[in-house]
Amino acid sequence: MKQGIAIVTGASRGIGKEILTSLVQSGHKVIGTATTTNGAAAISEMIGREKSGYVLDLSDRESIVRLVQSIKQDHSEPISYLVNNAGITQDNLMLRMKPDQWMNVLNVNLTGTFHLTQLLLKDMLKARWGRIVNISSIVGSIGNPGQVNYAASKAGLEAMTRCLAAEVAARQITVNAVLPGYIQSDMSEQISEGHKEKVLEHIAMKRFGSPADVAHAVEFLLSDGAAYMTGQRIVVDGGMYML
Amino acid sequence: MSETVYERVKKVVVEHLGVDPDQVSESSSFMGDLGADSLDQVELLLAFEEEFDCVIPEDEAESIASVGEAVQAINELLDKAS
Repeated sequence: MKQGIAIVTGASRGIGKEILTSLVQSGHKVIGTATTTNGAAAISEMIGREKSGYVLDLSDRESIVRLVQSIKQDHSEPISYLVNNAGITQDNLMLRMKPDQWMNVLNVNLTGTFHLTQLLLKDMLKARWGRIVNISSIVGSIGNPGQVNYAASKAGLEAMTRCLAAEVAARQITVNAVLPGYIQSDMSEQISEGHKEKVLEHIAMKRFGSPADVAHAVEFLLSDGAAYMTGQRIVVDGGMYML
Repeated sequence: MSETVYERVKKVVVEHLGVDPDQVSESSSFMGDLGADSLDQVELLLAFEEEFDCVIPEDEAESIASVGEAVQAINELLDKAS
């Protein structure tokens, strides 16, 4: 396993939290981000090491620049692993969607991920080694009413994954995406009971996945065993959407 | 006497692109003459930053496509810093 810090964004809860803890358990030095100071403090506490949790607002490039500067000040190791997990939803039917709802979701999920990745890529290029995993969503590939903004952001993220993978592959930097289907998390808690029933009809395994199911796929893509995989998508959805 | 900026730039270019030192002159363009691809060119600038312990601003970086242009930009940066 390559030395170097692993960063997980959106790590204070849900899938991100699970990815964070699984990487800690497998021996990585991990840093997590959250949108609030409480969330950041909770991450440091969870890991049991000071300066493990940082505040990050992905909608604000200044906040992203500050994050990278702070991490470099506080830690001497290079950042070798990046898991772009943070994401938001602001669901609404197309006709009712406010311009802000569209912009907010695109800004955080797609543009923010672009900025953070760009800032961290320089050191990976210098080191000629790096691993980037983008957490997308199956919704970017299948239609889902009420999520034109979210689905567009995730489809965009996957396109970015492939282009960046092509740019940096020769430098031993891999860039892949994991596409969760319906996973038990705060995000999926917002789904109404009636809609859940309908969704379950389409899931071959007839249950929602756990955050751990997603974390395992991420861990694989970060591992030495995945060195020859880049620009790929791994779908973790209980057999809902079989490509 | 210590190495000139040109000599150090040339050394980085030779090492990074694996070209013959005799091929490299002030007028050599990275992509046209020395066979670099666009990512090589970006990485060369990163290597210059390391060699000279400086940061080449993005808007300047985009206009540096030859050995001479790199030498000039680095000289200007070093002048500003001193």
